[in-house]
Amino acid sequence: MDLMTKVTIFVLAVFVGFEVISKVPTTLHTPLMSQTNAIHGIVMLGGLIVAGYADDGLEYAIGAIAIAFGAINIVGGFMVTDRMLGMFTRKKPAASSASAGAKGSDMDSPQLPRPGAAGSEKDGEK
Amino acid sequence: MIRAVLEPGGSAATALYIVSFSLFIIGIKQGTHPTTAKRGNMVAAVGMAIAVLTTLLLDGIGNWGLIFGALIVGSAVGVVASIRVQMTEMPQMVALYNGVGGGAVALIAWSEIRHGISLGHGLDLEAMIPTLFAGVVGSVSFWGSNIAFAKLQDLIPTKPLAVPGQQVINAVLLIGILAACTVTAIDHSHPSEGLFIAILLAAALLGNLVVLPIGGADMPVVISLLNAFTGLSAAAAGFALDNVALIVAGTLVGSSGTILTMEMATAMNRSVANILFAGFGGAPAGGGGGAIGEKPHVSIGAQDAAIKLAYADTVVIVPGYGLAVAQAQHAIKEVADELEKRGVTVNYAIHPVAGRMPGHMNVLLAEADVPYEQLKEMEEINPEMPRTSVAVVVGANDVTNPAAKNDPDSPIAGMPIIEVNEATEVIVIKRSLSPGFAGIDNDLFYEANTSMLFDDAKKAAADIAAEIQNL
Repeated sequence: MDLMTKVTIFVLAVFVGFEVISKVPTTLHTPLMSQTNAIHGIVMLGGLIVAGYADDGLEYAIGAIAIAFGAINIVGGFMVTDRMLGMFTRKKPAASSASAGAKGSDMDSPQLPRPGAAGSEKDGEK
Repeated sequence: MIRAVLEPGGSAATALYIVSFSLFIIGIKQGTHPTTAKRGNMVAAVGMAIAVLTTLLLDGIGNWGLIFGALIVGSAVGVVASIRVQMTEMPQMVALYNGVGGGAVALIAWSEIRHGISLGHGLDLEAMIPTLFAGVVGSVSFWGSNIAFAKLQDLIPTKPLAVPGQQVINAVLLIGILAACTVTAIDHSHPSEGLFIAILLAAALLGNLVVLPIGGADMPVVISLLNAFTGLSAAAAGFALDNVALIVAGTLVGSSGTILTMEMATAMNRSVANILFAGFGGAPAGGGGGAIGEKPHVSIGAQDAAIKLAYADTVVIVPGYGLAVAQAQHAIKEVADELEKRGVTVNYAIHPVAGRMPGHMNVLLAEADVPYEQLKEMEEINPEMPRTSVAVVVGANDVTNPAAKNDPDSPIAGMPIIEVNEATEVIVIKRSLSPGFAGIDNDLFYEANTSMLFDDAKKAAADIAAEIQNL
């Protein structure tokens, strides 16, 4: 790619990033930060590319660690974001959250306390 | 082995990358609205899957054992960590994920340089400059994020750790890094790997030194800023590797992360420059320290608190950082349940920066099954305060300090607060009278209608709930 083409893409992406983010309710700041955090895990692609041409021991190691780091960033990032957002959507079917709860996110082990049964609830959390 | 091979930079690969980053943009956009946020995250994840698969199909990608081994290990770590993390530990988890992203960028930059050297022609200047940028910023981000993680996890003191002559050391390091980068860039066809490693190490030191002096209260802003930095460094890696998906996705995170950072800093009435260079969050509070414990205040026990609450009409709970630390969200919900059984109206007042990150408190309370409708934002609840019987402040401090409104000389003057002092009565659950992150005394504690309940938030809440049951 021509350098100025890349610069053009870069500048346009800067403005898209500014535009797309304005007016976020504070509630969503943490999940959104977590989601954009997962998106920069895209750097794992760079790891795949450099690991592809690695040809000595150290380069293998560097490439492998870079890929593993990137994978943690991507997988962990999206899953944690999903868990956080699952906390909100689960609330919608108000009081009787019991059956619908688990559906939203599979990795979210929902604690569905009887009112006032905080003791058992905390045990489940450990 | 039969497999489709895409030409790097060819139409097919580029088209798939365009689909991928379009999904990122849609995903982020949907992430800004409560109803679509969860879907938005999925959309972005699909975009990521497309980008990864496309790259795996590129011509020239090889060493499959290595790649899949690393992919499996990294994914497994990510899955386990994100399932096991407590909601209260979310901010440090984000810091950690951000750190490994930055680390990956720095390693990729190193590999690029090494590869260029082994080919004998180094890198083009066009590739060398972004590679250097990626190496430096990635390394700063990796180490800075690790320090942020360690501070939030209480592995190292959250107090600002100031080294004498800090600013000078940082400046010298930065100049040294820039000089070494300049040398490497000028000699881009024969770069020295040793010098590049020295650059990475100096950047690592800089990352440590910049974040160490920052207090725990400012950490969310720091993490958000480092998140934006990592995005930019990923974009730089994209410049060096000629990869459009990296450029667009990295830049998106860089610019959107910058906006988020500024929003957070604004909500805390701080400027980003101030946070990075002043070392506020825990600095000695001029004079305030001496007076602590000497001013008259009312101290009550769980039983008194239970009586005040049980016979109230409306109760507003103001959760803060202390609630998060004590993991008291379930216990507080229990108090609210008991009160509601008695016909008391209970709401929660959420300050924009309550907890360790904007939105953090909402996540915590949602985890404890607090109905979304009871979470009131500051602007919504403040007009209600004069009609509130009892405001319960749980582990919050600076965000309730009336000095922000009344004392123009206060360091937090002008910061928006939850006006609990307007309520008929205030109960503050807190371990001691010690100042909050701003390091200043809270006038609220000494007002006539304020009662202090000195205890751990979780224990106090459990005690109060038990006492209400016994009434």
